[in-house]
Amino acid sequence: MSFFDLNGTLKPLTALKQFGKKPHTISYPKESKEAAPRYRGLHFNDLDECIGCGNCSMICQNAAIDMIHIDGIEGKKGDSGLRPRIDNGRCCWCALCVEVCPTGSLSLTKDYLYVSEDPDSFLWTPGKDNPNGKEQISFFSTEETSLNVFNRVPMPELEGKERVKSFAEVVLGYSEAEARAEASRCISCGLCTEVCPEHMHIPEYINAIATGNDADAVRIIYDNNPLPEMCGKVCTRRCEDVCAIASRGEALAIRWLKRYATETAATAEITREIVNPEIREANGKTVGIIGAGPSGLTAAYYLALRGYDVTIYEANAKAGGATMYGIPKYRFPIDSLDKQIDYIKSIGVKILFNTKVGKDISFKEIYDKFDAVFMGVGFPDAWPLGVDGDDAKGSMQAFRFLYMINSGEKVDVGDKVVVVGGGNVAIDAARVSRRLGADVTILYRRRVKDMPADWEEIEGAEDEGVHIVPQGIPIKIHKDEKGHVKAVEYLKAKMVPDERGGRPKPVAIEGSNTVIEATSVMAAIGQMGDYSFLPEEFTDKIKIERGRFVVNEKQQTGDPKVFAGGDAVNRTADAISAIADGFRACKAIDEMLGKK
Amino acid sequence: MEKKFLILQKNTQDKMREKATTLYIGPQHPGITGNMMVKVQVEGDTIVRARTEVGYLHRAFEKLQERRNWLQSFTLLCRFCVPEPDPVEESYARAVELLEGREVPERAKYIRVLMLELARMGSYMLWYGGQSGSLGLYTIGQWTVGDRNYILDLFEELTGGRVYHMYIWPGGVRRDLPEGFADKVLRTMDYFEKRLKDYDDLMFENTIFQKRTQGVGVIPKEKAVEWGVVGPVLRGCGIKSDIRIDDPYEVYDKLDFIVPTHEGGDIWSRALVRRQEIRQSIRIIRQVIENMPSGEYYNRIPNPFKWTLPKGDAYARTEATRGEVAMYIVSDGSIHPRRTHFRGAAYVHGITLLEKILIGENVADISAIMNSLGVCPPEIER
Repeated sequence: MSFFDLNGTLKPLTALKQFGKKPHTISYPKESKEAAPRYRGLHFNDLDECIGCGNCSMICQNAAIDMIHIDGIEGKKGDSGLRPRIDNGRCCWCALCVEVCPTGSLSLTKDYLYVSEDPDSFLWTPGKDNPNGKEQISFFSTEETSLNVFNRVPMPELEGKERVKSFAEVVLGYSEAEARAEASRCISCGLCTEVCPEHMHIPEYINAIATGNDADAVRIIYDNNPLPEMCGKVCTRRCEDVCAIASRGEALAIRWLKRYATETAATAEITREIVNPEIREANGKTVGIIGAGPSGLTAAYYLALRGYDVTIYEANAKAGGATMYGIPKYRFPIDSLDKQIDYIKSIGVKILFNTKVGKDISFKEIYDKFDAVFMGVGFPDAWPLGVDGDDAKGSMQAFRFLYMINSGEKVDVGDKVVVVGGGNVAIDAARVSRRLGADVTILYRRRVKDMPADWEEIEGAEDEGVHIVPQGIPIKIHKDEKGHVKAVEYLKAKMVPDERGGRPKPVAIEGSNTVIEATSVMAAIGQMGDYSFLPEEFTDKIKIERGRFVVNEKQQTGDPKVFAGGDAVNRTADAISAIADGFRACKAIDEMLGKK
Repeated sequence: MEKKFLILQKNTQDKMREKATTLYIGPQHPGITGNMMVKVQVEGDTIVRARTEVGYLHRAFEKLQERRNWLQSFTLLCRFCVPEPDPVEESYARAVELLEGREVPERAKYIRVLMLELARMGSYMLWYGGQSGSLGLYTIGQWTVGDRNYILDLFEELTGGRVYHMYIWPGGVRRDLPEGFADKVLRTMDYFEKRLKDYDDLMFENTIFQKRTQGVGVIPKEKAVEWGVVGPVLRGCGIKSDIRIDDPYEVYDKLDFIVPTHEGGDIWSRALVRRQEIRQSIRIIRQVIENMPSGEYYNRIPNPFKWTLPKGDAYARTEATRGEVAMYIVSDGSIHPRRTHFRGAAYVHGITLLEKILIGENVADISAIMNSLGVCPPEIER
C-alpha cells in the first residue's frame, strides 16, 4: 500500500450521498412510535377478575410485587382481597407474573412512559392507578400460553355397571405417579386454607406429596385433623371451590391428594409410627365427650395428646357418627374408618360403645364426673316428608334407611324407589337403592344445578342409572289396599326469581299433576337433633335455638364447663366443620383447664 | 514478537520500571467497552505492562440463581451480556433440556436459530459503532446503531422486548411468530444486504481504518488456542472454529453456510471475519424462514413452582459474537439450581488475552484492540 491511497481517501466521502435522506429517528413528542402488539410495557390488572392469590408476587424474582389492601376490595371466599402492587423501580418486565396468573387478570400494556419527580410514585397498583389500561393490553396469557397446568389428573373409578353390583369402593385412588403429577399442579396460594373450616395446611402437604415426601404429608395433615382419610374420601371440600387454578381450569384434587397421602399409611400402627405424636404427661384432668362423631373424636384426640384423660360415650356400636351410619360404604369403607378409630384409641382415648346418654347414663352424672364436657351429638333424626299418605308402608326417611343399611340390616325397598331431595343424603340413598337392585328416581324441587349435593356424586348417580326428575314437588303418596306405597304424585314447578336476591324459588304449576309408580319413598329433606338427654336443670344455661345449641366462638355453651360442636351446632353440617368445632373446643378446654 | 519479548524482559528490570508512567484507562472512559479498567504502564506511547481491573459490575447472577427456581433463573440470563443476550438464554435452555431430557419442537428450533442470528447481526451492528468509533470514525456508528433499530423492531414484535427478549426458554420459545413476521424479516434482510456496501465504503475501504488496524493487536496463531481464544477472534487468526459447525445445535447442521476465516490475527482480520459473518447470518435467516416447519413452538414445562430437574449436571455451549458462551448447570433434584456456571468468551478475551497483547502496542490503540476482542464487562463479572 502506498503512503497515499486515493481510493481509500475518497471512498468515505460517499457518506455525503446520505444527505437529505429520511432519518431513522422520529421527533418526539410531535410524533411517537406505537409499541408492537406484543409489547411488554407497564402492568395492567383487572381488579374484578383478580383473586389476590399472590402467584405473581411469588414468581417475581426481582421481588418487585407485593400484595396490598386497596379500598373498595374486601376479601371473600376465594379472594384474599389483596391486589398486586408493582415497584417499577425493580420490575424487569419479564412478564413471568403474567404467565403464571391463574385468572389471566394480570397483563402488560403498550404503555412504556412514566415520568415523575416523586420516587414513591413508582410503586403503583395496576388497574387502580391506570384504570384505562385495559385498552392498552398487549402481552397477556391465554389458556394455551399460561404456565398453570389446568387439567386435573383423572381419578380412576369403577365403571357404572360394575359399581351397582356391590358396595365396593367406587373411587380407586391415585397411584404414586398420578398423585405426584396432580400435586405438582398446585401453586401454593393458600386460598384453600383460608376457606377450609379447619384451616388445614393444604399447600404444605400438597408440596410434600409433589416432592415425594408422603410421610411428611401425613404428619402435616395430622397436625390439625385426626380423621384425614375420612376427609380424603367424603369431605365436602370447599377448598376445591376456591382453588385459584379453577378460575380457568379444573381445581386441584385436594381431597384425593389427602386420601392418597393417608392411604400410604396402611394401618393404625403405621400411622402411629409415621405421625409419632408427642403425647404429654397425664395432667390429671378429665374430659367427657358425648358422641364419637367427627367433632367428638377430634376433641378427644387432641385433648389426649395434651395429657387429658378422655372418655367418649357413644350410643351406637361403632364410632364415626354420621360418617359411619350416614355415608354408604362404597364411598367410605368400614376398614378405613376402623383404621382411624384404632389410631385415635392408641393415643389413649377411651370409647364406651352402646352407652346412650340419658338412658344408660345420665347427663348429670357425666357433668359431675368430668372437669369439662363436650357434646358432639349430631342430628340423629330426619324430617318426615309431611305429605298426604306419608304414613304408608314403604315410606321412610333416607337417613334412617342409610342407618339400617350401614348397620348391616336388610331393608326391602322393592323394585321402584323414589327419593325426595337434592342433597348428599338423597344421592346416597338413591345409589344404595340402585345397589339393592331397584330402579331409582330422584325428585327434586329445584333444577339439577341447584342441587346442594356434590357434583361428582350427582354425576356418579347418573352413571349408575339413577333417574333425576328436577322441578318436581311431591304432593301425595298413593297407597294400595294393604296400605303399602303404590305411587308418588307430584306437581311440576317453575322457577321464580327471588325478589330479595336469593336463589330462585320453585312454584308449583297447577294441574301439572304427574304420578310415578313406586314401591318405596324416601324423604331426604333434612335432619334434626334429639336433645331429650338434656335434663331441664341445664336448659336454662345451655340454650337451644332453631334446633341447634348456642355456643360462643370457643364452642362454649352458656354453661362454661360444657362445650358443643358438630351438626348440632353449625349450620354447614359437614364433617370438616365438625372437626373444626372439635379442634376449637379442644383448645378452649385446654385453655380453661390448663389455668386451673 | 521479538519486540514484545525484549520489552517483557526489560520490564523485569527495576530501573526501567521507574521510568514508566501508570495510566488508568476506565472504568469511566468512552473508549472502554464497559465498566472495567485497564491499568497500563507506558514508556512514551508504548505500553510495557497492562493489568485489567474488574469488580465494578458484579451482580452475583450465578449465586442468585441458586435462590431462584429453574424458571425464575431464566430471567436473569439476558443481563449477562446486554448487547447480545440470546445466546446465554439459548445455552441455559439447552442445558436444562439436556438434563431433563425435554424434547424441543422442530419449529421452536428454527425460531431459536432465527433469534440467534438476528441477535448476531444486532450485536455486530453495535460492534461496528464501537470499532470505528474507537478510531474516530463516528459516522459508521451512527448508521449501524440506527439500522440496528430495525432488528430491535423485529425483536419487539416477536418477543415484546427490544433489548431484553427473555424469549428462548426451556422447552422451546415463549410465543409463536406473529402473522406476517417472516415477510418483515425478509424485507429487513434485503435492506441490510444493500446497506452493508455503505458501511464498507466508510470502514473497510477507508485508509484510516486500514492503517490503524492492520498489524495492530496481533494474536500469534500458534498461541491462540493455548490462550483460550474463541469465536471471531480465533477465526481472525486463521483457525476455523465455530460451535455451529463443530458441535451443531438446534438446526445448524441442516443449514448451508460457511465459516469465514482470515490469516493475520490483527484487528483488521477480525473485522473482516465479522463483516463476512453478517453476510452468512443473512443467508442463514433466509434459509430458516424458507424451511421453518409449522407445528408446536413450545413443549410446556410443568408448574414452575414445583418444577424439579433430575440430579446431575449438564453443559451446553452456543456460538455468540464474542465466541463460545456456555452454561454449566448442576441440579440436586430440587426446584432450584444447585450451582450454575457461565463460561463466556469475554473473560478470556478481556482479562488474560488483553493483558498479553496490549504489551508493545500504542496507548492510542487500547480502545480499538478491546473493541476488536468483543470484550463485554457485564459478561466477565455477571
